[in-house]
Amino acid sequence: MTPRVVFPNKFLPYLLVAPQLAITLIFFYWPAGQALYQSMLKEDPFGLRSKFVWFDNFKRVLSDPSYLNSIKVTIVFSVATAAVAMCVALLLAVMADKVVRGKGFYRTLMIWPYAVAPAIAGMLFLFLFNPSIGSLAVLLRRAGIPWDPVLNGNHAMILLVIAAAWKQISYNFLFFVAGLQAIPKTLIEAAAIDGAGETKRFWTIVFPLLAPTTFFLLVINTTYAFFDTFGIVHAVTGGGPGKSTETLVYKVYNDGFVNLILGSSAAQSVILMVIVIALTAIQFRYVEKKVHYG
Amino acid sequence: MATVDLKDVEKVYGGAVKAVKGVTIAIPDKALCVLVGPSGCGKSTLLRMIAGLETISSGTVSIDGKVVNEIGPTERDIAMVFQNYALYPHMKVYDNMAYGLRNRGMPKDEIDRRVKDVAATLELAHLLDRRPRELSGGQRQRVAMGRAIVRNPKVFLFDEPLSNLDAKLRGQMRVEIKNLQRSLGVTSVYVTHDQLEAMTLADILVVMNAGLVEQMGAPLDIYEKPASTFVASFIGAPPMNLLPIVASGNGATLADGTDIGMAAPANAVTLGFRPEDVDVVMNADRPEGAVALPARVEAVEPVGAESFLYCAAAGNRIVVRVSGRATAKPDDDLRIVAKSEKLHWFDQAGKRV
Ligand SMILES: Nc1ncnc2c1ncn2[C@@H]1O[C@H](COP(=O)(O)OP(=O)(O)O)[C@@H](O)[C@H]1O
Ligand SMILES: [Mg+2]
Repeated sequence: MTPRVVFPNKFLPYLLVAPQLAITLIFFYWPAGQALYQSMLKEDPFGLRSKFVWFDNFKRVLSDPSYLNSIKVTIVFSVATAAVAMCVALLLAVMADKVVRGKGFYRTLMIWPYAVAPAIAGMLFLFLFNPSIGSLAVLLRRAGIPWDPVLNGNHAMILLVIAAAWKQISYNFLFFVAGLQAIPKTLIEAAAIDGAGETKRFWTIVFPLLAPTTFFLLVINTTYAFFDTFGIVHAVTGGGPGKSTETLVYKVYNDGFVNLILGSSAAQSVILMVIVIALTAIQFRYVEKKVHYG
Repeated sequence: MATVDLKDVEKVYGGAVKAVKGVTIAIPDKALCVLVGPSGCGKSTLLRMIAGLETISSGTVSIDGKVVNEIGPTERDIAMVFQNYALYPHMKVYDNMAYGLRNRGMPKDEIDRRVKDVAATLELAHLLDRRPRELSGGQRQRVAMGRAIVRNPKVFLFDEPLSNLDAKLRGQMRVEIKNLQRSLGVTSVYVTHDQLEAMTLADILVVMNAGLVEQMGAPLDIYEKPASTFVASFIGAPPMNLLPIVASGNGATLADGTDIGMAAPANAVTLGFRPEDVDVVMNADRPEGAVALPARVEAVEPVGAESFLYCAAAGNRIVVRVSGRATAKPDDDLRIVAKSEKLHWFDQAGKRV
């Protein structure tokens, strides 16, 4: 540990952190507190009065089949999005690592999609896969696949996963490229001399050594799929058809702002908040420390 | 088990940098060939071409009489010890050593037997469950050696394997490598920039300079008859004293006109003698058939068993090695005497005459 700097002034340090504290308090703790408070209130059918009901909203939410369905949808969506985004990015990064000429150019091209806003990305795929006008949908139908994301929940989910993963691929790609570059070349050479072919080298040397990067991205991608995909869901499926693509975040919006079931929506927000805190804790605890060789 | 033959091997990097400029070396079975030369002279490049890690721009590399230019490192049946050891950080020592055997589909019990055998030889048995980061530098080095030995390959390649160790450990490992190589009888190519390592290890010593072989042969032959001023100043520590001379009448002088006391062969422009091949005399006697130069002692370096005198003679720095304690002190005037059979002469191009 490096020795700490000790300020002789008693008040200056507090003064210096005051703006940050104020911002955190006003924009995070206050709304969070409000949500917590709201989650324990129940409004009458006309929205005129509300009463304090302790954890009733949580009990109701957690035993609501549509909420449980939403959990399932979110897990399927997150796992699929993280898996697709990471696998494709890893594949592209491995190929980019082999490119000799124009490496920088190729990489720059790969990074662009990250600059596209989620809702725009969603619209893009909505058009591409639109059953009646989408060019990719036409191709699918020509190939004999009865593509219909508007009525078929599975198709809607696939479309959503593609749109969400597409945006994340660039980000993962960057990290995988850096991770690959950090693997000493002599290790690969030693493995080649040790009789390992290219595929074998990848699975026995490269992939295990990428573990820290992979784990980090797994956390990041899961967090992304959980919380940052509202725009995409909203643009692509709006949670439908039925409730087949209604993720937890989208359900908060639907119940709170569309259906105005404020207490339930607030309870859901609080549950989401707990999940975020848990994921962040995992990230802090393990990403930096545990999966690390040296 | 295997011979290694290089024929007119060249390496051009990126179409411009010529790192190796036509090298021909024949290494007989079971021999330890050391490539030595200053940093950047192309030693590693040459070694990596033998390993198959670099393509060969022109010429041929043969192992056991078979040209391997088009054969990848995986199929060449060689083992390499890298300077930074290149141990797989995520595998235990045991798995590091077993990796190459598993890749070749050897049965489990045979792998186990071999790994444990080699681990015992290298005194690694108690470390088999550790990961590389839990080992000291010396232990890592042994694991890297073990990983090569356990494979029982046709050829061992070493790229400066000891340069990351401290001096004492380096000395120990040097002896150990020599013994192992001899008892295993595996043809080996060893790259180093350290002339002491080169001299002590080599059956065949190859001195390289700027992508070319300067001289090749038995270490002591090279030491006694360096083919050029480059080899003369590279092999031996401290290096050979080299003095520019000019012929005058039937004698020869240093650049400033100081008579060296004997005639030089035709074409010779450089006179060389090793620090250990000279005597210092205090009196003004002029011995016959020897070079005798007046010099002044500038510094004395006692090392213990021997001492080095750093002398100045007509603007030239001359190092003299005397055994035990030196009697000379700084600022003493003395005469440096080198017998004619201990002299080396080099021509304008730096070649031995
Ligand atoms: N991958 C490479 N690309 C371009 N030039 C290289 C490469 N590797 C080595 N060189 C150049 O080739 C020459 C010989 O390098 P090297 O074989 O590593 O020397 P040594 O091992 O004797 O120190 C050096 O001038 C070096 O800069
Ligand atoms: Mg080198």
